[in-house]
Amino acid sequence: MSATATNPRDYNLAGPENQSAVDAGLVSADWYHSDIPRKVMKELMKRSDAPATRDTLLWVALIIISAIGAIAFWGTLQVIPFLIFYGVLYSSASDSRWHECGHGTAFRTTWKNDLVYHVASFMIMRNPISWRWSHARHHTDTIIVGRDPEIALMRPTAIAKTALLFIGVPGVFEDLQVIIRHGAGRMSNAEKDYIPESEQKKAAFWARVHIVIYATTVLMATIMQSFLPVVLIGGPRIYGVWHAVMTGLLQHGGLAEDVLDHRLNSRTVYLNPVSRWIYWNMNYHVEHHMFPMVPYFSLPRLHALIKDDLPAPSHSIFAAYRELLGSIWRQRLERDYYIRKDLPPTAKPYREDLHTLDITRSNMRISTP
Amino acid sequence: MSWLDVCDAEDIDLEDVIRFDHGDRTFAVYRSADGAVFATDGLCTHEQVHLCGGLVIDDTIECPKHNGRFNYQTGAALRAPVYDALATYPARLNNGRIEIEVH
Repeated sequence: MSATATNPRDYNLAGPENQSAVDAGLVSADWYHSDIPRKVMKELMKRSDAPATRDTLLWVALIIISAIGAIAFWGTLQVIPFLIFYGVLYSSASDSRWHECGHGTAFRTTWKNDLVYHVASFMIMRNPISWRWSHARHHTDTIIVGRDPEIALMRPTAIAKTALLFIGVPGVFEDLQVIIRHGAGRMSNAEKDYIPESEQKKAAFWARVHIVIYATTVLMATIMQSFLPVVLIGGPRIYGVWHAVMTGLLQHGGLAEDVLDHRLNSRTVYLNPVSRWIYWNMNYHVEHHMFPMVPYFSLPRLHALIKDDLPAPSHSIFAAYRELLGSIWRQRLERDYYIRKDLPPTAKPYREDLHTLDITRSNMRISTP
Repeated sequence: MSWLDVCDAEDIDLEDVIRFDHGDRTFAVYRSADGAVFATDGLCTHEQVHLCGGLVIDDTIECPKHNGRFNYQTGAALRAPVYDALATYPARLNNGRIEIEVH
């Protein structure tokens, strides 16, 4: 790329990049979509309660079993494997359940989506209201700087802080601060940009529900003179979130910003079956962003249908991290560098129209690679 | 007020939707599971996404972007992130053709 940048980008939704993105035509824009016949797309979007009910029953059963094991072996070294399983099931699997049920696609039945959404939101320490709106914005303006509140890796990436995400710090403390702030009825200026005023009272209500549960947990720990309640409720956000972070950073990390083609800013990775179950197939992330109403259980079929129009997927977590780490390392000095993958000859070209406009946004110039 | 010819009834599957553009306006035209026809504005009231890409389930249309839902027979907003109702228009079958009345 010929572009150069001298300063870190400003990702603040309440900052000047927001209006700059609007002016550049990047907001609520038309995105590239692979061609899929309507009848096929309807089949792919079709809802069913069966897969998610099966997966949820299994998820709850495994949580209960591992929790019983953790309680039974508490105070001994044998507790460790139970907590490893419990932590991932509690804090990483809840991330994908939150995500899919938030989209309203996991179950056909609305109340099942809503119930699992609220439970999973609590487990991953997210306000179910504010994060619903945050994620809607993420899908409207995916990795558009100044608009998307869910950009995990900002340029230049704070590498040490990012590494700490795997052990839940300082994320857990930041999450608790947000819950308390929401409970007090206060929204940040960035949140006010994407959460309608009518929803802010609901966000405060659910934050207070979460606070009551956490306060009860701490009270129980105090009465029992044991950390066990905190280790089981809330604690997994520290020791069990690593799988969600590992998969989550791969979704968009190291890829393009300010484009209108998900093939440039999202990554599909082939995963082992266990990780796919924990992650509910969100490794098919280009496909998910292109067609967010396709339920998780149909994403492998969608991938098979459009893979000839997409860049080749990363073939493992290791391969994906190798390219991701190379990219963020290079972005330390070349902040407008991104991984640009070749498309197969069968694919339609990337949408280049915005790049050829040579948009100047604040202190960063984007130009044709 | 005038009735506009849209398409053959058979051009829309049962429990499905198509896009219909007229002048500078865009509409969504539906056939329910029992073959009745309906029409609404074509764009979601949340973020101006064409509803024709969404899924019709029973009497509901889902926005294909954020899963905001409307009752396409009444226009009522049913699920966040949509709160504003969708405008609806009279629709009828006339000799096997679907027509909608717009104002």
